[in-house]
Amino acid sequence: MKNDINVILATDCGSTTTKAILIEFLDGEYRLTNRGEAPTTVEAPFEDVTCGVINSILELEELSGRKILNNDKIITPRNNKLYEGVDIYISTSSAGGGLQMMVAGVVKSMTGESAQRAALGAGSIVMDIIASNDKRKYHEKVQRIRELRPDMVLLSGGIDGGTVSHVVELSEIIKTANPKPRLGNNYNLPIIYAGNNKAVNEIKERLSDCTDLKIVDNIRPTLENENLKPSRDKIHDLFMEHVMAQAPGYDKLSKWTNCPIMPTPGAVGEIIKTIAKKENLSVVGVDIGGATTDVFSVFNDQFNRTVSANYGMSYSICNVLADAGIENISRWIKNNVDNQSLTNRIANKMIRPTTIPQTLDELKIEQSIAREALRLSFDQHKKFAVSLKGVQQERTISDTFEQKMSGRTLIDMDKLDMIVGSGGVLSHAPRREQSFRMLIDSFLPTGITQISVDSIFMMPQLGVLSAVHEKAAIEVFNKDCLVRLGTCIAPVGKLKNNSILEYKLYLSDRIAEGDLKYGELILIKAPYKKFKINIKTKNSYTINGKSEFEGYVYGGEVGILLDGRGRPFELEMNTNNRIKLISKWSKTINEYPE
Amino acid sequence: MSKSYTPGLKVLEKTVVSKDRILPLRGKVHVGMEDIVDSDKVVASTEIPGNVQMINIANQLNVDADQVTSLMLFDVGCDVKKGDVIARSKGLFGMFKSEVKSPLDGIIGNISNVTGQVIISEPPYPIQIDAYIPGKIDKIIENEGVVINGTGSFIQGIIGIGGEKKGLIKLIDKNIIDLNDIKDDCQNCIIIIKTYLTLELYKKINEVGAIGIVCGGVDYLTLSKILGKPLGVAITGMEDVTTVVVTEGFGNISMAKRTFELFIKNNNKFCSINGATQIRAGVLRPEIFIGLDKDIEYLDNFNYNELVISLESQVRIIREPHFGKIGKVVELPSKLRKIDTETISRVAIIEFDDGVQEIIPRANLEVILSD
Repeated sequence: MKNDINVILATDCGSTTTKAILIEFLDGEYRLTNRGEAPTTVEAPFEDVTCGVINSILELEELSGRKILNNDKIITPRNNKLYEGVDIYISTSSAGGGLQMMVAGVVKSMTGESAQRAALGAGSIVMDIIASNDKRKYHEKVQRIRELRPDMVLLSGGIDGGTVSHVVELSEIIKTANPKPRLGNNYNLPIIYAGNNKAVNEIKERLSDCTDLKIVDNIRPTLENENLKPSRDKIHDLFMEHVMAQAPGYDKLSKWTNCPIMPTPGAVGEIIKTIAKKENLSVVGVDIGGATTDVFSVFNDQFNRTVSANYGMSYSICNVLADAGIENISRWIKNNVDNQSLTNRIANKMIRPTTIPQTLDELKIEQSIAREALRLSFDQHKKFAVSLKGVQQERTISDTFEQKMSGRTLIDMDKLDMIVGSGGVLSHAPRREQSFRMLIDSFLPTGITQISVDSIFMMPQLGVLSAVHEKAAIEVFNKDCLVRLGTCIAPVGKLKNNSILEYKLYLSDRIAEGDLKYGELILIKAPYKKFKINIKTKNSYTINGKSEFEGYVYGGEVGILLDGRGRPFELEMNTNNRIKLISKWSKTINEYPE
Repeated sequence: MSKSYTPGLKVLEKTVVSKDRILPLRGKVHVGMEDIVDSDKVVASTEIPGNVQMINIANQLNVDADQVTSLMLFDVGCDVKKGDVIARSKGLFGMFKSEVKSPLDGIIGNISNVTGQVIISEPPYPIQIDAYIPGKIDKIIENEGVVINGTGSFIQGIIGIGGEKKGLIKLIDKNIIDLNDIKDDCQNCIIIIKTYLTLELYKKINEVGAIGIVCGGVDYLTLSKILGKPLGVAITGMEDVTTVVVTEGFGNISMAKRTFELFIKNNNKFCSINGATQIRAGVLRPEIFIGLDKDIEYLDNFNYNELVISLESQVRIIREPHFGKIGKVVELPSKLRKIDTETISRVAIIEFDDGVQEIIPRANLEVILSD
């Protein structure tokens, strides 16, 4: 069947907008040909997600000239003579609040975190972690479960063959709470048990009557091993069975698609894993949406995903304001905007989430908030993406000097090869230079790091496509989706000395060389190609822990940036100096039209 | 052709509003189909499970967990009173028996022979759902609640705080409101302010005992001060404050003329308001409903197709630089245009009352729905 697939329609129903893309097999390769979008329809009287899907496809029809819909139904199979129809239709979704789960584990930092990783990896928002040692009283845990009304619960606890009493106690808490699902009253709440195999009978005895209990393999069969896949797969199945079936219009949508609808973050995670594997890179990916920001990382083949459910660019924008603080948001803005006006503008975006900036000032405010949302989300990711806790470490003499602990963060900025950004504010920034700056200012890469961005916010669709047609997904990803913006070279050090490194970059037609001064940004225009570079750092600054670097760096649509602002980065808050610096950096990068 | 839906806020003089009055848990419905109800009528009720306490019987009796069931004096589901002996050990030769007494009145919820713990639930507490608006019962959802249809004027706000309230409308028709304009006769009323709600004004209204406020705009920082914390996401309604419904948005903005005129017509009438807002899936807007006399025929001449932005649509600009202005769509160019930010966008040309025309991205327009 795969050989016959020439026209692919894919949609992503986001919390704010529904995006449709058309992929066609042209001249021997799969290419993105058109894209349409429309507001997601979750508000009465259009409380049916398919209305937004149809609108986005209608836009696609207008732009492509291909007839795709007939009486609001997708025409399939394709008819080449009439230039109508598609071969397959696939979709992802995070509309309706996405998948919201509660997880439970005996020890919060061990089985609790493993359960959280499984849930996050499956594309869920984790509303709370109930653990035997979370210091809450019994009735508080019961009350919490009743209040939150999750879509499902993942219950874990204990290694196989270990003590059963704690995990049984957790099941008794759940039974006492008798939680009701968030959507619909007519089915029992799904509970996935992924704990000690010795406790299965006791768990069944307590939960099988009052919940829809599913048993899978233990998430943490031994302290040293994590086994997330069975739980993740079961979460996906139940997401389709229960959550999507209850959301408005999804029963209809799921009949249209040729493969199961995937939660958007799960699909983005798939594509990030694919990039890391194919290019053998350490990657950090981010998808900043209206309600949530997802961060993905792959270091040493270990994949992690976190969702910052409270940080986004529309629905959750005021959470960014509250957590980052007005000073941190306004530090990126060149013009002085009084706090009252700034907070009102931000709050108006929250209540009218589909609006877009019409003036340059509004755009700059939105991009300042994005920097802070990304920074806060990445901080959360670094705290969560850690090695397994509770694992006994075998130490040798050499380890004595390197105090590696279990539970240390896996995010090593010096080893990070690439940052990939996705989401409206990054993909739709009017200039790629703006996305480049937003990603660098918020993630503050150290050493040598490639920066890329999802061209038109299509990674979710390609993620689900990779499950049904990997070739098409990879071809489109490489040619049309991933925009290589360039490379950031950021030495580590904070002495405010004049010169911090010397560089010599061998471009195709010339050699660019010079000195990078503290606080300075230098942008060297260079296309996406490998270029040789020699770097010698000065005044205690280092690149990847060393004072010299000889190797290759990639250019890109923006170029190669030498970032002399020091790491850790501290932006001076003194208004006059700050404004001068912001203007200078912005001008160097050609960020805005002024 | 693709349609641009930016659902606007409803300002309807005569319409039928349908309200779902659903219990959080299954319970009992107290009304019948087509019953005429007042807003205070209790239409459904249920009992919410009480708080629970866990007692570690195995520890207290110094026995193994698997012995607990046999030592219990009450079974699961039995009522117990505070001080009742609920478990007793066998002792030594029938002597030196240990006992565990119930620390509260409640029901035995669970006895665990794995953890050795017993759960006692406090008695459930009742909750009731009233009709909230006057109207006719249109549908009964067995054991869950009802759907009520009410005829009257209906106004949606953009953001609100606080829950359902019912009271008389008291309108203050002034552009600049002095604190002395808020008098004791505002007690238990819903105050309508044409303009902008300041913190001082809110405090004064609160002080005289008014139960609700409807205003054009409010500062984000003022709203955060009223709440006692920053408003992070627009999911509200549970706050224990005087209910506030904001009709236009954040900032010093006046209420749209048409909305205020509708309040003038309904001054001193009884209304139901709710500040609950949820700007996510299953969008919920704050609202004001003013019931009409029951014998008046309603006329629902509001057409959902008017939600689509089209030529001649009355629209509100919902983003700077023309935020809050109202105008008419005079052109809908089919080609995308580059705006000041360099974004390529679908736009509309809007004409304001003074004849000035501006190019506005369609995403920044909201259709004004009125009858």
